[in-house]
Amino acid sequence: MLSVSIVGGSGYVGGELLRLLLGHPHVEVRQVTSERLAGQYVYSTHPNLRGRTELRYSPQSSLEPCDVLILALPHSSAAKNIEHYAGLGQAIIDCSADFRLRDPEAYSRWYGEKHPAPHWLERFVYGLPELYREQIRSTRYVSGVGCNATAINLALLPLVKAGLIDQTKPVVAEVKVGSSEAGAVANDGSHHAERSGVVRSFAPVGHRHTAEIMQAHGLENVHISITSVEMVRGALATCHVFTQGSVNERDLWRAYRAAAAEQPFLRIVHDRSGLHRHPEPKILAGSNYADIGWALDEATGRVVALCALDNLMKGAAGAAIQCLNLMHGFEETVGLEFTGLHPV
Amino acid sequence: MSAQCPECEGTIALAADILDGEIVPCPDCGAELEVVSLNPVVLELAPEVEEDWGE
Repeated sequence: MLSVSIVGGSGYVGGELLRLLLGHPHVEVRQVTSERLAGQYVYSTHPNLRGRTELRYSPQSSLEPCDVLILALPHSSAAKNIEHYAGLGQAIIDCSADFRLRDPEAYSRWYGEKHPAPHWLERFVYGLPELYREQIRSTRYVSGVGCNATAINLALLPLVKAGLIDQTKPVVAEVKVGSSEAGAVANDGSHHAERSGVVRSFAPVGHRHTAEIMQAHGLENVHISITSVEMVRGALATCHVFTQGSVNERDLWRAYRAAAAEQPFLRIVHDRSGLHRHPEPKILAGSNYADIGWALDEATGRVVALCALDNLMKGAAGAAIQCLNLMHGFEETVGLEFTGLHPV
Repeated sequence: MSAQCPECEGTIALAADILDGEIVPCPDCGAELEVVSLNPVVLELAPEVEEDWGE
């Protein structure tokens, strides 16, 4: 059995990691840390896990060596202590943004500070198997992925791979997101009276995940906006792209089939009939699937590329476990078989 | 027996006893297809009733 410990396990991503790992047939969860909640049962903050584990939160000072250390800490915490963590875990999966970007200059630009451990950046592989599967199989260090970035990256993947995007024109992406993206700590904006029912443009420009999309796809002219809507889980990316040359529905089917082939968590949703014609995050809650689809305006050459996912799963914890499986030679889908609920 | 969807080029598995005029759905794109010939099997997009999407 692989021994795995979670550092910073009291947040929503930590809870999802724990849920997935407790059901993983090849993993034993050794420790889960929280400074604030040390000594308390993990189900005090993750009530769905009551009866599944008797684990209690430990302080980081009591962390023991293990096979895999998964870091679910606030941004910049992992980078500041990476040498310490690397001494404890044979492998590290960092769910924060600290090691997602390869270029320290890009990190400074998007995160507003110098990277605390720039020499570690090249040692981490970006944890998106749909793009970096082989590199993930052969590394000890994997970074997490941005949830919004993943929704956009997967929405654009078929078009980028097929070379269909006219890069002289901007790629504009809008992501509608649920409240769990804001984390488990309340603030004025998450007070029920303020948050309930919103369609809140919280990052119309300048969102940090833009850097991950530029890096992943090599796109320079990409612009994203994030809007909070009335969901707890879920993200829906709607990306506006103009194609080079004329493209028809069959061309797009070929591009999407080629991109989704041998990707166990990518599903094409592009139905002519029924209620679910396009990707919809609601039915993906708790699952690791990313549903991708499109709509084509043949007259203008505009493709609206869509991707729905659960931000805590394919956008965070699920992707981390998918990477853990690849790093250790397990079946890529093990522990991630849940298909979501309908109706929900 | 199988045939190709004329809309999305997906592969559609067909029953051996399929009938001329039968309507089959494409598993990929959801198109409703009519069997217009049996030997060889030819599928064409069947007319469908548009749903009201609130417009």
